[in-house]
This record gives sequence, C-alpha cells and structure tokens, in this order.
Amino acid sequence: MANADCIVIQGSNMAECHPVGFQWVAEAKARGARVIHIDPRFTRTSAIADTHVPVRAGTDVVLLGAIINHVLSNDLYFHDYVVAYTNAATLVSEDFVDTEDLDGVFSGYDPRTGAYDSESWAYQSRAEPQVPDQEGGIQGPTGDEPDAKTRAHAGGHTLGASGAALEHAQVVRDETLQHPRTVFQILRRHYRRYTPEMVRDVCGIPVEQFHEVARAIVENSGRERTTCFAYALGWTQHSLGAQFIRAAAILQLLMGNMGRPGGGIMALRGHACIQGSTDIPTLFNILPGYLPMPVAGEHDTLEDYLASIASPLQKGYWTEAPAYTASLLKAWFGDAATPDNDFCYDYLPRLTGAHGTYQTVMEMLDGKVEGYFVVGQNPAVGSAHARMQRLALGQLRWLVVRDLQLIETATFWKDSPEIATGELRTEDIRTEVFFMPAATHVEKAGTFTQTQRMLQWRHQAVTPPGQAQSELDFYYELGRRMRERLAGSTDERDRPLLDLTWDYPQDEHGEVDGEAVLREINGYHLTGDRAGELLSSFTEMRADGSTSGGCWIYTGVFAGGVNRSANRVPRDQQDETAAEWGWAWPMNRRILYNRASADPQGRPWSERKKYVWWDEEAGRWVGKDVPDFPADRDPSYRPAPDQGGPAAISGDDPFIMQSDGKGWLFAPKGMVDGPLPTHYEAQESPVRNPLYTQQRNPGRLVYPRKDNLWSPSGDEPGSDVYPYVFTTYRLTEHHTAGGMSRWLPYLSELQPEMFCEVSPELAAEVGLENGGWATIVSARSAIEARVLVTDRVRPLTVKGRTLHQIGLPYHWGIGRDAVVEGDSANDLLGLVLDPNVHIQESKVAACDIRPGRRPHGDALLRLVEEYQSRAGITAVTGNERLDEVTPEMAARRAAAGSGQQAPAPDETEGEG
Amino acid sequence: MGYLARQLAGPTDPAPDAGWTEAPERKGFFTDTSICIGCKACEVACKEWNALPLDGLSLSANSYDNTGGLGASTWRHVAFVEQSQDRIAQARESGRRLVELGMPGVGAPPARREAMPPAPVDGHGPDLRDMLAAANATTVEGTPVVGPLPDFRWLMASDVCKHCTHAGCLDVCPTGALFRSEHGTVVVQADVCNGCGYCVGACPFGVIERRSDSAVSVRGDGHVPDVGVAQKCTLCYDRLTDDQTPACAQTCPTTSIRFGTREEMVAIARERVAQLHQQGFTEARLYGANDDDGVGGTGSVFLLLDEPEVYGLPPDPVVPTAKLPEMFRTAGLAGVGLLGAAAVAFLGGRR
Repeated sequence: MANADCIVIQGSNMAECHPVGFQWVAEAKARGARVIHIDPRFTRTSAIADTHVPVRAGTDVVLLGAIINHVLSNDLYFHDYVVAYTNAATLVSEDFVDTEDLDGVFSGYDPRTGAYDSESWAYQSRAEPQVPDQEGGIQGPTGDEPDAKTRAHAGGHTLGASGAALEHAQVVRDETLQHPRTVFQILRRHYRRYTPEMVRDVCGIPVEQFHEVARAIVENSGRERTTCFAYALGWTQHSLGAQFIRAAAILQLLMGNMGRPGGGIMALRGHACIQGSTDIPTLFNILPGYLPMPVAGEHDTLEDYLASIASPLQKGYWTEAPAYTASLLKAWFGDAATPDNDFCYDYLPRLTGAHGTYQTVMEMLDGKVEGYFVVGQNPAVGSAHARMQRLALGQLRWLVVRDLQLIETATFWKDSPEIATGELRTEDIRTEVFFMPAATHVEKAGTFTQTQRMLQWRHQAVTPPGQAQSELDFYYELGRRMRERLAGSTDERDRPLLDLTWDYPQDEHGEVDGEAVLREINGYHLTGDRAGELLSSFTEMRADGSTSGGCWIYTGVFAGGVNRSANRVPRDQQDETAAEWGWAWPMNRRILYNRASADPQGRPWSERKKYVWWDEEAGRWVGKDVPDFPADRDPSYRPAPDQGGPAAISGDDPFIMQSDGKGWLFAPKGMVDGPLPTHYEAQESPVRNPLYTQQRNPGRLVYPRKDNLWSPSGDEPGSDVYPYVFTTYRLTEHHTAGGMSRWLPYLSELQPEMFCEVSPELAAEVGLENGGWATIVSARSAIEARVLVTDRVRPLTVKGRTLHQIGLPYHWGIGRDAVVEGDSANDLLGLVLDPNVHIQESKVAACDIRPGRRPHGDALLRLVEEYQSRAGITAVTGNERLDEVTPEMAARRAAAGSGQQAPAPDETEGEG
Repeated sequence: MGYLARQLAGPTDPAPDAGWTEAPERKGFFTDTSICIGCKACEVACKEWNALPLDGLSLSANSYDNTGGLGASTWRHVAFVEQSQDRIAQARESGRRLVELGMPGVGAPPARREAMPPAPVDGHGPDLRDMLAAANATTVEGTPVVGPLPDFRWLMASDVCKHCTHAGCLDVCPTGALFRSEHGTVVVQADVCNGCGYCVGACPFGVIERRSDSAVSVRGDGHVPDVGVAQKCTLCYDRLTDDQTPACAQTCPTTSIRFGTREEMVAIARERVAQLHQQGFTEARLYGANDDDGVGGTGSVFLLLDEPEVYGLPPDPVVPTAKLPEMFRTAGLAGVGLLGAAAVAFLGGRR
C-alpha cells in the first residue's frame, strides 16, 4: 500500500479497526498519495484522508458501477492491460441475458429455489457455431472439443476458492473488443445506466464529488501510477457483499491495477489471524488451501470430487488439485491413507446443505443440535440477531466456551436480557455450560497469518496462568482422550479418529510443539531418496501418495527445515519488498499475480512501477519479488490446444489460478448470484431500487420466521414506521464483542458506554440531546444507548429527500462479569445472508429512534410488538425473492430460463 | 547569559544547568498531530507501563474523548476536536501568516513574536523560509496534493507533559520531590512529595496534579497508590535509564509520537511543518519548539493544525518563576520603600 499513488478506502474504517496496518496508508500519504475515504460516517479514517465521501449504506455497487461506466465510456481504462490480461475480449454464450434485459435477474434464475444455473453465463466455446467475424477480430481455430456441460451446483458453499471448473480454456476471443458478445461490450451495456446522476440519486453523493473520486482513480492508474482499494466488513456484510468486491475487482482490472506495486484490493481481515482461519479454515464449506468440502451425493468418490475442482483441460494450478488433496489426506491419515483406499477420502464428512453459524443456530432453536463449541467468539453479543443466538444457546444440552473471560455467551443463562424480559428462566435452562480458560497470544507460540497472507511466528513470552491452555493443547488433549476412549473399537465410524496422525511432540511443560504442526502443514517427501525431507514448494506435491502436506498453499514455510515464518530481518537490512520478514503464501510472494506488473512482452509497464520482468538473457522471470509465474516461461510461449494445467499457461496469462489465465471482468462461473455485480437495495431500505422492479438481491438467502421480521421496503405501506437507516461498526478502543476489551479497565474507560451517533439535524427532528438517552427500535428488538450528536454523521439527500443514518458500535452486551456492559446493537439485526459466502447483512438496516431509555421486562417486548403491528409485517413480508413484474417481462424471463417452468418437485433443498 | 540568569528564562540546556556533569543529550517527544489517528494506544501503553489507576467509567459525550485531560492518573491524553469548514480556512490562514512572520513556535501573539529572532537554531534543520520559498502545494514528488478545502475535519492530538526548559513545577517544589533528570526531563519522586500542591499552580500547562481519592484501582487488592501526591509523565524515566523508548512512542502505530534527542525532534518537526506547507496545508505549525518562549522551549514539541487554544493548550505559556528576579526586585524595592516610609513616619513622629 505504501507504493500506491491513490488509496480508496471504502467499506472499511481502516484507521480505527486496523490501526497498525494503517501505518502503510500514512506512509503512502507521506510519499504524496491521495487518500479517499468513502463511508456513511466521518470516522478516524476520514480524519486522515484527503477526501471523505459520505455514501448511503449499501449502495456501493452504484458508485463503483458508475466509475466503471465512466472509464469505459470515456476510454480511460488501461487498454493494453485489459486486452491482454483480462477476459474482456472473450465471447460469452448466446444464451446469456443480462439483468438490464430481464428487469433485475440474469438468465438461469430459478424462482423456486432462488438459485441460478450458471450454464448460460459460460464462455462461448470454440465448438459452438461462430457468428460472422464483423471486425476481423475472432481468433483461434474452431476446435471440436465436446461441449461437456455440467450444471454448476447452485450454492456458494460447495465451491472452493477456485470457483467452479471451466471445462477447458479453448475460448473465443475478439481482441478488438467490438463483438457484441465480448465481455467488454456486455460490461459496457450492463453499466450504461450507472451515471453520476444515478450516483447522486441513489448514493447521495453530489455529482462534483463523484467526478473528484473518478478523476483521482483515473489520474492515478495506468503505466506510471497505481491505485489501491482497501475494504473490510463494510463491503462484505451485505446481502450482496461478495458482489461489492467483484465490482471493485472489475474496476481495478480495467485500470490495470492488479498484480502491480501499489495496486490491488486489500481485504482487511478483522483479527490477527482471520486470514489464517480461512487458509486453514474454521469454515464449514472448505478444506485447507481452499479445497472445497465434499458434498453428499455429488462427490461420493474421490474422482467425482476432484473432477468438480478442475477439469484437466483448464489452465493453471488448480488442475493439480489431486496432488494437493492426496497430500492433505496423507498429512491427516498417514499410513492409513493409500492410493487403494483413495487416501481415506471416505473419512471426510460430507455436506448435506449449508451448515454455517446461522443455520446451526436456527437448528438449535429447533432442538436439532445437542452440543456446541464456542471458541474465541461471543455470539451472544457479536453475531447478528444476538437475541436469537442467546435463545438458541438455551436449547443446547451442553455448551463449551473457551475464552479469556466469562463472556456473555458463557453467562447467558443468568445475565441475558431475555432473563429480564421473562423469555428465559434460569431454572428452565437445561444447557450445561463448560467454561475452559484460554491462553492469550503471549502465552502460546504459533503463527498469525495476517491480511497480506503473511505468516508471522509468535514466540511464547510467558506460560499460561492456572488452567488456561492454548488451542493447540486443548484440541490435542481432547483428541488424545477421544482416541483413548475409542481404542480397540471395531466400529467403522470410529476409524477416521483412530487413523488420524496424532503424535505431536510435547515440551517440558507438556505443551504441544507448534513447530511440529507447522512442519506437518508444510509437508514432507514420504518415499524415494528424499523421504523424510520437508517439501520446498507445492509443485513438489504428488497425487500418488508420495508426499504429505496439510495445506498446499503453506508449503515452503518450513523449506529446508527452517521456520521461515520466524524470519525477522530488520527493514534496514533488506530491500523494500522485505522478503525476509515473515513468510507470505504462496512461496513467499508479496504481490499475487505479479506477472501483470510487466507488459505482455515481459517488460515493466514503467520504470516507476517496475516489479517483476522477463530477463531475456537468463531466460527467467526476475525482479523484486518471487515471480508468480512459471519461472522460465517465455512471454511468447503459447500452449498447444490439447494442453491443460500449468503447461497451458500462456506467456501472457498472468492470472495463473484462473482457469483461462485471465482476470475475470465477467465471472462465467463461481458467483452464485450473477456474473456481474448489479445494484439491489438492502433487505431493509427506505429507497426503491431505481434500476429494476426487483428491489432486493433475488439470490439472497432468506429465513421467513416469526422471530426474523423485516421493515417494509422502499415506499411500501408501513415503511415510515422504521424510517431511519442504521449501520453497525467497531471502535478502536474495543475489540468486536468485547471479550478482549470490556474486561480490561484501561480500554473500558476509553469507551465506557454504548452510544449511538446521530446528526444534529436528526437530533433536532426527534428531540435527542447530546449525552442523553435514546431507544432504537427495529423490527426485531429495541435497545437503548447514550446519544452522541455530531457533525460526523451527515444527513444525505437522496432524490430530493433527506435521509438520516444512525451509527451504532456493537461492542457492548449484558453480562455482569465485564467492567462495562450495555445493550448490544446486534440485537437489532435480522438474518438475511449473502448467498456466496453466507455472511449476514449487518451494515445496513432500518430502525426508529426516540428519546429516553427503553422499557424493561415484558414492556420491552410489547414495545417491539407495537411497532411490528403498526408496520403490518409478518414472517412472509420482506422474504419474497422476486418482485412482481409485467406479464411481458415474466415471459421474457421464462424464455431466458429465469421463470416458472418445468416444475421439479423433488428439488426442495432451498435455503429458506 | 550568566549561570544564574539561565536558571530562570531563555534558551539553555537544563540538565547541565541542574548540575549534571556528562549528561546525555536532552531527550524529548515530537508529537505530529497531522498523522494521529486517535487510537489512544499511547494512553493505554502509558497507563499500563506506569500502572496508573482509572479515572472513572463515564461517557463524556464530548466527541470520542472520554479521558478529558491530563491529570494525576492520565499522563497521555488524546484530544478530539470536530471542526467545520470556516474554522479550517481560518487555521490555514493563521498558519500561513505565522510562517510569513518567521518560525512558528509556541503560539505567542504575533505582536510579541515580531521581536523574536526567526532564524533556525543551529543544527535544527534548514531554514523554514528557504524551504518554503521554492514550491507551493506540491508533494515530495512535485505533484499537487492539497485538494479543495474539506467541509469538515476531526483533529486528534496526543498531549503530554511538556518537560519545559524552565519548569515551573520544579522551581516551586519545596521538598525536592521534583527534579531535573540527566535526560533534561522533569520527574516527580512520589515518596518524597508531601502533597503541598505548589507545583499544580506553577505549571503553565495545567499538567501536574495531585491524585484524588476518586481514582479507581486496577489492582486485585483495590489499593490506589500515591493518593494526594503530585503525579505526571516521567517521560518513562525508568525506561530511559535502560535505553528504552518511552511506552507511548513505542506503541504509536503511525509514528505520530516520536522520541529522541530534543535537537533531532525539533529538526524533524521543522522539516515536517515545511513539507506540509509545501503541500498547501498551511494550517500546520509548531508548538514548543521556540527556545525564546515563556518556558525556554519545551522538551515535548508538537505539530498542530490549528491555534493551540483549540487543543486546550495555552497560546503563550510563561513559567511563573521567569519573573522571579523582577518580583524580588519589586518586592525588595517595596520593602525598602516601606522601610523608608516607616522610617520617615518614625522620624517624622519624633519631630
């Protein structure tokens, strides 16, 4: 980031939530970079930025789409980069129909399941008949590969990071970008209506300010300059969050800002090792290294499973998934894993649907979940619809909470607000709660993987007090005891546990050696001359069981027997890339896809942005970083048509993990709610979608339940009952749900009480006083907060109408063990999820605000009910996937495979 | 200037003046508020290292400042100031005028400063006016930086004891609890202080304070140490003796707080203010870097983005003891006069 000429921070409050990483923004600024912060509130990030752009929460696709339209319409994109390195020139199937033509849905939408069949979004393959070559641009011979079409499974949880497989990379391209079915022209048509005036009317951003932002990005992109984007949960926590990020990716590709120093999109992770917990996941739907979790009925054999990850004819390194998978299974099951038993592939659990945290909680309420481990998380405060979370905990038989403090999740049975309202009675709760004290980060050794994919080894400073244990010790001990219990069992279902490699050395204090685990993750040669040696690269992994490795992207972290995550060469003893500080996956690369930092011939785009380039004499890629490309692949290399995998990567295919080697402006597969980001209003929005009849994302996951009601949307009757928008966020002084800060006196005194931030205008309208109390009521619950009246929150003018936004930090909860307590903003939120990643929409919702404290006891429930009845809402309202369209449009949709047709009653696996 | 005169006012090196032989170079802070992100890590690191008690758990409803100010249990304090566009324009203009008048130092009224020498102190970086002569509104790379005047801004600034060259608290301390360290800093010895409170009134910045019994312990046993005793920042004397950086500077994520020899701090501060002016941010000015001000310059220097009063800092701090000779002279004269009058009355009475 320090190398950026312009930094756009959008959907993130970086200075407050990532203060340490923010030093690089400060560094860039000191070098002369322009810093723009786009956010509903003026925050501590805005205070340091050159420009703050207030935006209506949830409208980012309109702003980004309008910038995309601006650069396309005015030919301001980086032409050479776009033609060579993106799929702009690639032709899309004739079957594809855009949202612009179907009033808000893409082709392939199934109204019954709310899911898309992405078949019509596919690239045109060379096997298909070609339209006449208008501009003489269509390249490549007509091949005759079979067009083996397999239906992409409609559910984000079934895809690893590779997205769905393309059958092959034999695509049709028109590098003049003129063909109407090129991605470039589709993009152009898709965003044509995203104008500065639309931005003004939807986002509340004045036209001049839009141009200021667009100009900053354009002037700071191209050969000589680069612009960087940074986002965090302000982009992800929406019912179309993944599409917000896609929109930024499209813009950054068009501007040539990917794979180059000072470019890219920085995904700011929320904690010290959240990146690590997706690499080696705590998520239900992926395995280490972004391999997908097998699905029951679809991936019954290893062969089926591997076929779903990559086709042998596609480009790039995902074709090596068999080697990554076999090595992973060898690392887990050791000698028990053999080629004959598919490396114990059958031991892996199978998905039978979505099993994310929210689905699990709803199942708890239905009495389907007996036990629950809560580790380093405080769902009773920190998860959306925290009320539902607490009520669900009371339905468990047993609950294990591992934390530093007696957090609210561990004390819900005596302290929760539902005890006060009478909804829960301590004597009726049958949940047995086990509290296991956890060691802090200074009391245990291990790695943190941060935002930049960098692993940094953490040495133990002191031993944990009392019974506190590290995670490693806890799980090792748990596994050891379970295996002891099961020893000698002949039951088939116990085999996976008994066959696990579970033999880590312990130190003199009985603590498991974290380096031994890191070595296992790195992987070994198991056979041949090098048996017992650590792998130095994932390219050494084999599918025949001769290698092991617990997470293929981490291979190399222990190359040569050296723990490279512990590298600590000071900055003054190495160059700016600082390759000897920590270790970044994969292969210690600091910038991914850095082949794109050179032009198609392998020369740096400019001296100023020189990073990795082709050394003709040496016949190698060289530069300031580890080249993210086959090291000796000549830029002029072109693969034969029948080649696949790494060998099929052309000399100018920088995006080596993509199945066609190109950056995807248009996603033919992988996104479950559309190949292009398009604007929908949030689940709860006071504004009608100006683009389509379709108000909300038709692919969002909805849960029609009595405890999950929604405010009426747009101008529907009753929408004035909850007239204000609220957004939730964090403060520097606290850490998420407070487990690491509300128990610390020094942090608690810095932000001692729950508050809401309102503009002076709203305060005057409603009668709120600075320092007084307010009650905030949503369609789910009501909370109270102290009032902070501030000019940092500004009313927006949207289509001539004044729109107020309210800010709510979410750090407080009710529990007597903490130094400070207060109502939880998350109680106000309902459950609606992004379909790609199952994240909740917690950055925008509707509420009312009134002066004074909230009622207590039963009266609180009455207040919420009174609002619900005034708004006329039920479990059904707001959960409709599609909005009513004209019969003509319905017919058009049906023709594009997006209508009610061909009933398939057996498919009832929807999310709602 | 003679040894005695140097003791009370004007530029000097305080540690040798206090009798330290072979004193190390004078240490100080440079707090650059233009890159402060208001994270308050300095407040926490300070409290943590010095094991200070709590000041209370109440919301101030004054922006994000729930600390309020420096005190016996708060030795670093981050101020939060929300400002509208007209105020930014004024600050930009007043800062520009300060530079035209010479080195922006402790914000004495312009009329008084005209008499001050604007030239830089030897070795404290290039002359600010030379640096500004060449370009305007450009980055270090030469591209324009300053955008249109923003509608709004949110100032954040971490305040701390100034460790004055001429420290009022030290000068009036009757017990010797306050002393000048070899690093040129001013430190209280809690076990010597008798809680007389003279120092509290003598500090022109309102920094030092006696710990009240409303302070809340963070210790298991509930004990609050040093109640009634004067307390303030020691510039981490215990860390300096081990060649460690003070806790606040060590923890600051954006290098807004820097620590080093005072000479180096002043030089960096001058370069930074010049850079900001070059980029068009003429609101930037220094505070405490002028050795000719009322306290002989401060050990902690600041880069501010508005008048000192905006941050709760006195615009023209003067150490009360600066006027000591004058006061003694006046008092002496008065005494002599009184004696004379008494004598006249006496002699006259006899007549």
